[in-house]
Amino acid sequence: MNSLKVLFDRDTWQEIFGSISKNKTRTVITVIGVLWGIFIYIALSGAAKGLDNGFERQFENIAMNSMFVWAQRTSIPYEGFKIGRSVELKLSDIEVLKKRVPEIEFIAPRNARGVFGGSSPLVVRNNKSSNYNVYGDFPVYTKIATKKIYEGGRFINEEDIKYKRKVCVIGERTQTELFEKDEEPIGEYIRINDIYFQVVGVHKFVPGGGFESDGDIFIPFETYRQIYNSGDNVQWFTIAAYDDADVVKVEKDIKATLKRIHRVSPEDERAFGGFNLGEIFNKIVGFSKGMTLLSLIVGIATIIAGVIGIGNILLISVKERTKELGVRRALGATPSEVRNQIIVESVFLTVIAGILGIILGAFALAGINAATADLTDFPYTNPTVPIPFILAALFIMVFLGTLIGLIPAQRAVSIKPIDALREE
Amino acid sequence: MIQIKNLHKSYKMGSSSLHVLKGINFNVEEGELVAIMGSSGSGKSTLLNILGMLDSADDGEYILDQVPIKDLNETKAAKYRNKFLGFVFQSFNLINYKSALENVSLPLYYQRIPRKERQQLALEYLEKVGLKDWATHLPSELSGGQKQRVAIARALASRPKVLLADEPTGALDSKTSYEVMDLIQKINEEGKTILVVTHERDIAHMCKRIVQLKDGVIIEDKKVDQVLASAHV
Repeated sequence: MNSLKVLFDRDTWQEIFGSISKNKTRTVITVIGVLWGIFIYIALSGAAKGLDNGFERQFENIAMNSMFVWAQRTSIPYEGFKIGRSVELKLSDIEVLKKRVPEIEFIAPRNARGVFGGSSPLVVRNNKSSNYNVYGDFPVYTKIATKKIYEGGRFINEEDIKYKRKVCVIGERTQTELFEKDEEPIGEYIRINDIYFQVVGVHKFVPGGGFESDGDIFIPFETYRQIYNSGDNVQWFTIAAYDDADVVKVEKDIKATLKRIHRVSPEDERAFGGFNLGEIFNKIVGFSKGMTLLSLIVGIATIIAGVIGIGNILLISVKERTKELGVRRALGATPSEVRNQIIVESVFLTVIAGILGIILGAFALAGINAATADLTDFPYTNPTVPIPFILAALFIMVFLGTLIGLIPAQRAVSIKPIDALREE
Repeated sequence: MIQIKNLHKSYKMGSSSLHVLKGINFNVEEGELVAIMGSSGSGKSTLLNILGMLDSADDGEYILDQVPIKDLNETKAAKYRNKFLGFVFQSFNLINYKSALENVSLPLYYQRIPRKERQQLALEYLEKVGLKDWATHLPSELSGGQKQRVAIARALASRPKVLLADEPTGALDSKTSYEVMDLIQKINEEGKTILVVTHERDIAHMCKRIVQLKDGVIIEDKKVDQVLASAHV
């Protein structure tokens, strides 16, 4: 209680300011030690968080545990079929897959023009025209990969599928290239391969990963099927597994099921291709967790080193100030007053250094953020340090500052005034 | 004011022990100005340290202003020192990063006297030693005599019962020494009890009583006719 009172006593601070401002070199060196520590801590953990956020941004428009599966050519002869047979995914595969692989939450068959070979269809409106990729989609696709649609518009719905409506969702670029600046595209018509489609939505393009672009046009799967005569064929499945599913195993099960359906050798690794986002994502999450942990450890270790430096320098300064402390004792300073003074000095220096370090670290992070803001390829977004991290760091500093301050304080108290005064 | 009976003190020096004080008996009345003399090793500094509660006696009785001084822990000793005693050292022992005023107000700080009042008092005492205009100066900007006068002001500021001066003129030339002694005499005239440890005969004779120590015992304790320091200045 007594020591708490000391903290709110103006005179205590006067004494502390006096002693630290009159020993400037020592103060500065001490402060730099801890400042550096906390700076490293903030900069590192902020950078790790930025990397984390960056990765997250890359994947924000697609389910974390999703994958793509497509068919290729067989590489092993099987059941009388010769090698190199090309396999086609079928719409009917969906029901079988759902039954056999219960971990599947959503499965969206997709077809596209202009993405994997083939040329992009010509899209015309009035006197403007360009080529865009066209996708045939089910509404379920948005459950896996979020599509942000501008206000007033919508994505393809079940009715569109049912009635094979000629409606489309266009991209931002498509809008700017085919429409006038202040023109409202919703409800207007565009010509895709000489067939009129009504625009029902404009999707906002979110950069990062994948092969989609800001010019993509989405039309109902059934309409696509009719126009391009694709029959039951599906170019690829986009599949999302349940959150708790093991994505690697799900991919394996899906491929095994597909091999059985399409009479492909179970050993044939090439017949079906797959790209497992979930697996990659897990690796990245693991990586960024490791980075965060590493930065925490390095940061805290640096802080500890800095605080130990403070203790060290205070210890030296106590030796230097032996006489002064002796005089204070002779003038009536009690041991606890001397001890408190040294400890409060230690904590005060630590905290000041810490706050300066936090500010500098914040500036450094802001600098990094500004420098990387335009780099869409570089996975680095909004580098921040969570408040609990900072509070924890401050707490550690106060705690260690007190602890380390105890050593010189004890030394100061153990000096007998008589010895201190005798020392010339 | 001070009663000392059969005071013993020995220091351990490795395996052997050095018996420094071998039964000291003496009393000091209020308002006395006592010189404690003796060659080095006679025990005079040890005696002063015990009187100043900077050191404790092995045996014997020490009563200061009716308060028996014994079994002191450091905290209590600090409080007593602050309340009863003012120290003047040979090497001044001013805190070098504090101004004259701050140095003088330091014992008042430990008495928990509010800041304003503290500075007021400190300034008064600086004025008393003739250094009011030097209040904001650092010790390094003061001459030896001025430093000692600041130290005396500091010793007086806590309004102690007894002023203990350990070779107060030891680091000063004779002219400055006499100035300091003049100040000490004036303070004594105002009724303050003062003990001065010295080995200089002329300084001792500026006190009212001389206690001669040799090999840990008092060999002589006599009242003398005080020589006024102002006559030499």
